[in-house]
Order: sequence, then C-alpha cells, then structure tokens
Amino acid sequence: MAFRIAKTLGGAAAIALMASSAFAAEKIEVLHWWTSGGEAKALNVLKQMLEKQGITWEDMPVAGGGGEQAMTVLRARVTAGNPPTAVQLLGFDITDWAKQGQLTSLDEVANKEGWGKVIPAALQNFSKYDGHWIAAPVNVHSTNWVWANKAVFDKLGLKQPETWDDLIAALDKMKAAGITPIAQGGQPWQEATLWEAVLLSTGGPDFYKKAMIDLDKDALGSDTMKTVFDRVAKLRTYVDDNFSGRDWNLATAMVIEGKAGVQFMGDWAKGEFLGAGKKPGDDFMCFRFPGTQGTVTFNADQFVMFKGKGSTAPQMTLASDIESPEFQVAFNTVKGSVPARTDVSGEKFDACGQKGIKDLAEAAASNHLLGSMAHGYAQPASIKNAMYDVITAHFNGEYDSATAVKELVSAVEDAK
Amino acid sequence: MKERLQSLLPRLVLAPSFAVILLFVYGFIAFTGYLSFTDSTMLPSFNLVGLANYDRLFGQRSWDIALANLAIFGILYIVICTVLGLTLAIMLDQKIRIEGFLRPIYLYPMALSFIVTGTAWKWFLDPGIGLEHTLHVWGWESFSFTWIKDTKMAIYTVVIAAVWQSSGFVMAMFLAGLRGVDNEILKAAQIDGASMWNTYRRIIIPILRPAFMSAFVVLAHLAIKAYDLVVALTNGGPGRSTELPATFMYSYTFTRNEMGVGASSAVIMLIMIASIIVPYLYGELRERKQ
Repeated sequence: MAFRIAKTLGGAAAIALMASSAFAAEKIEVLHWWTSGGEAKALNVLKQMLEKQGITWEDMPVAGGGGEQAMTVLRARVTAGNPPTAVQLLGFDITDWAKQGQLTSLDEVANKEGWGKVIPAALQNFSKYDGHWIAAPVNVHSTNWVWANKAVFDKLGLKQPETWDDLIAALDKMKAAGITPIAQGGQPWQEATLWEAVLLSTGGPDFYKKAMIDLDKDALGSDTMKTVFDRVAKLRTYVDDNFSGRDWNLATAMVIEGKAGVQFMGDWAKGEFLGAGKKPGDDFMCFRFPGTQGTVTFNADQFVMFKGKGSTAPQMTLASDIESPEFQVAFNTVKGSVPARTDVSGEKFDACGQKGIKDLAEAAASNHLLGSMAHGYAQPASIKNAMYDVITAHFNGEYDSATAVKELVSAVEDAK
Repeated sequence: MKERLQSLLPRLVLAPSFAVILLFVYGFIAFTGYLSFTDSTMLPSFNLVGLANYDRLFGQRSWDIALANLAIFGILYIVICTVLGLTLAIMLDQKIRIEGFLRPIYLYPMALSFIVTGTAWKWFLDPGIGLEHTLHVWGWESFSFTWIKDTKMAIYTVVIAAVWQSSGFVMAMFLAGLRGVDNEILKAAQIDGASMWNTYRRIIIPILRPAFMSAFVVLAHLAIKAYDLVVALTNGGPGRSTELPATFMYSYTFTRNEMGVGASSAVIMLIMIASIIVPYLYGELRERKQ
C-alpha cells in the first residue's frame, strides 16, 4: 500500500515536473523598472505582442527610477543561480554583465535582421560586447530636455529661452509671479540630470566629452567646471524647499498642474504629460536645455537576455519583437522616447517626438550624440556614483562650488 | 541504552539549527571577511588584494560622514532612550491605578517595524503635508519645522523617530528591573529616613545596573545596524546627510559595484558591534561562574 502511494506520488511529481518545464519554454520573466503610468502603458505593447506569439509574460517590476533597486534584485537572482529571462539594463551595466559572461548572444537574430545597419554607432558600443550583440536597444531617450507648462509661459508672456540668461530671466519672472519656477526631484540621479545639462550648455559638447567620457583631469578641475557648479547652485534657488526625496514623476505632475514652470528631465517625462491627456504644443512645450541644441546626451533602455536553463527560443523572439519597426513605433510613441532604429518613419510621432528624431539624426551625424553621465552611459557605476556624491552634496548645500570642483576631481580619481 | 539516548537527544535536536547557524551566520561572516580582501566588484571575486579596500574605505568622504552620523545618532539615541525609559519606568512604578492601560501604550511603538516608523515620521515631519502644514492650516502661519529637509538637522529627525520607537521597550526593561528590587531593602531605607530621591539615587538605580547594561547593549547594536529606519525616513538624504554605516555598506556593495569596499565596511561594523558585545558577554559569563 505504502509502496503504491509512493509510486502514485512519484508519478504525479514527474508529470508536474514535465508540465512545468513544457510551460517554462513558453514563458519569459522580465525584470524592469517601468512602473509609472506612461511607462507601464508602453511596456504593455510588448507584452501583448508576445502573447499573440504564444509566449507568456511574467512581469517582475521593481520600482525605482534609474533602476537602482532593480539592479540589486538582479544581482541577488544571478548570485542565486536563478536569473530572470530578460532584463532591462542601461549603459555600462550591460558591459559589466557581459564581462561576467552571463548574457546570451543575440547574434543569430541581429545578423539575420541586420541590426548593425540601422542602429546608431554610439548605441552599438553598448549593445555589442567583444563584437557580439548582447543587447536589444528599445529606444533612445535624450536627457537634455526642458518640459514647460505652456499656460504658465503664456500668462507671463514668456518665450522659449535660447540662452542661459534668457532662462534665468524667465525663472525670475515665474518666481515673481508666485509659481515654483523649477520642479525638481530630490534623488541623486535627478540632480545629476540637471547638472549634466548645465555642463553641456556651459562647456559645449567637446568639454562634455573631455570631462565626462574621457575623465580628463584638467577639464574636471577647470574654471568652466566651477561655472557649472555656480550655475547649478543658481538653479537650486528656483527649486522649492520641499524637493528632497521627491520622485521624478511627481515633479512632472507639478508642471502638468501648473504649480511649477519647468522641469529639466529626460523625454520619459513626456509620457506623463500624454498620460494626463495633455497635448504637446498646446498644453506643454518641449525644447532643448538652453545652449544645447544640436547635441544629444542619450540614455537608451536595452533588454539583455540572461543565460538560463531553458531554451533560448523565446529570448530570440523577444529580441526580434523589440527591434521590429512596428514595436519601435508603438512603444516609443507612448513612452516619449525615439526609436533606436534610424530607419523608422517619424509620421506617427507628435511634435516633440519628431523633434527628438530629427535631433538624434543630426547629433549622430555630427558626432554630438554623447552618452549621458547621469544615466550610466558615460561611466561605469563606481565612477558615476562618485560623481553623484559630489553633485548631490553640492546641490544640497553641503559645500560651495570651489570645494565641489576639488571634490569632483578627487572622487573621480579615487573611484577609477 | 535509554540513558545514552536521553543524553544524546538534546544534541541531536539542536544539531540541525547549530549547523545552519554555523553556515549561514558564521560561514557568511567569514565569507564577507574574505571578500573584504579581494577585488570583488559586481559579483564576488577571489583575487586577493590585501588591505586596498580598507585603504579606500577610510579615504571616502561618505564613510567619514557615515561615522560622524553614527556618533551623533548612537550617542543621542542611547542616552535619550535610557533617560526617557528610566523616567517612564519610575513613574509607572508609583503604583498608579491605570498602569495596565498605560504600559502597552508606551510599548506599542516597539511592535511596529522600523520601516513603518520611518514612513509614518516621514509624512509627519514633511513640511508640505505633515505637522507644519497642519499647523499652518489651523492658523499658526509662522510655525516652521523643516529639519527633515535640512542637511544639518536631518540626522536629528532620525534620532526622534528611533527614540519614539525604542524608549517604551527600554521602559519595560527598567520596569522589570524595578519590580525585582527587594521590598525589604526599600523598607529599611524608609525606616532610616532616606528621602525618595536618595532611595532612587543610592539604592534603586545601582541595583538596576544589569538592566542598564542590557539596555545599553541592545540599543548600541540597534544603533550600529540602523538601516531600515533611515531608508524609510530620509533614504540617506537630503544629499547624503543621513548616511549611516549600514546604508553605506548597502550602496557600495549593491548599487555601486564595489563589493570589496562594501565588505570591508561590513567588517568594520562587525568589529564595532563585537567591541560592545564581547566585553558584555565576557562579564556575564564570569558573573555566572561565580
């Protein structure tokens, strides 16, 4: 009797095991940090596409803009030998994981579909490692945008500022009118986003390249850098005192509601405006941070596939779906970013999207498509965070601009 | 046979948990110690690099800030909790009628996790929605309490929240100690004409020495490993003004890809805690032998 029960149980277990492994082949688990309204909506496009192809999407969202928490979860999962099937990654994190030999090569799909011809070279530096495709870029975000409430601008008779002085004059007017001029979130990456836009505007693309990408010591310690910190300190005076700890989408909401005039944020902010039913040009304005037109600091979300136990077929399907022009359009019109492929038509995009596509093509052609420091496309995590430390300490008034320059030089030197 | 089994049984029952603790506590402590001497970055690596990580650790400004904050937080937290806990305990010990009602009220904060405490205090202290906002709505326009947004004062809000959470627990420890004081001694003191103040100062508080020791050890290790409270309350901010060693350890190990430095900071924290716990345990064990 006991034997029979054991046998039946064993049989049941075996069937359960088989069933679960057959199921696993058609299932992908996706780790990402797209949890705000606009982002979740954009991701749904991909989810539906895969479900039509018979692949179940197991969602694993880890909230936290910039993906810091998601990266922690990822590390724990990989260390435990149970990585998610697909993971949203940024910049140097992709390279770092590739170095560990953890990623599935996507050459099979990429070569067949000719990704190399349609994805900008600046992006390929991150999507490929050692000559092999290891990541499928979903989009290109650019970070040097200004998002402005049109009603506020109209009411105060303001025009789109073209220079630093214009910007300060506009902010002064908003302050005088009792509106919080700048909606700023209080997390290091948001402060760094503002900071790098100021740096690009103050020093120009060559200076940005020298300081942020080449880590040139003279550039980091230069007088220009002190001006950058001075300007950031000036901008800080236009931020309300209650900003620390605020999430980026709450800051965007302040602009949407007209409580604040402008936000300096990447183009994912547009998703929030659209989600709130606002129209570009009528309700809100998008323009490049004054003095940075022609240059784009980019941040591209990419999906990498982790080596797992199951077959790689669903991973290849996912990668192929991500690069399909239909998805690129459907996703990016919702998300606020622009397609990672340059051969996609901009017809379906709104005014901001079309400007983004045009700016990207221009910047790529003139070699002014630069990796964003704040978003991990200029330096690996250790150096990026060392810079964050200085930027956020300065922004929160821990020390003045002269000290900040000195701290920046030594922090970078130390983290190298 | 039966006797042998009886003497073996406790050991057999304890063996699995002992093995588990050996591996998952002491094993991983040793592993972390080893990692602190390696060039581990994103994932553990086994290349030894000597004391380089410790060198880097003590060169980090964030680490200096974390240690300075720990000193402020630790000292204030332990002192205020102890004084407040003792005062509450003495007042509750005056044989008042509603003690059974009051005691749980003071103890309840301890039933909350530090995350809940941190989140609740974050909202309460936030000038935009909490205390300041409420008083403004009620008409006290000039009221201002923005410590939580102030780089220099934010660490004190962590102290406020932590004291709120723990002082009831310290009170319970002292109350237990007070109930253990022999009534005969108190009567003898009364007969000798000692004042209330003197009875407490010269007799009762010295008798409470073990309770003081326990309170100190519990509070000190809570202070050193404080993590969740800070994460929920300020997340290390504004800027990095409320960084503590535990938040430092977490960010270096898991978000900055500098596992070696993170491990070395964990080892330093272990040494700090050990330097408090080991003398205490040593003292306790010696007393028991006598």
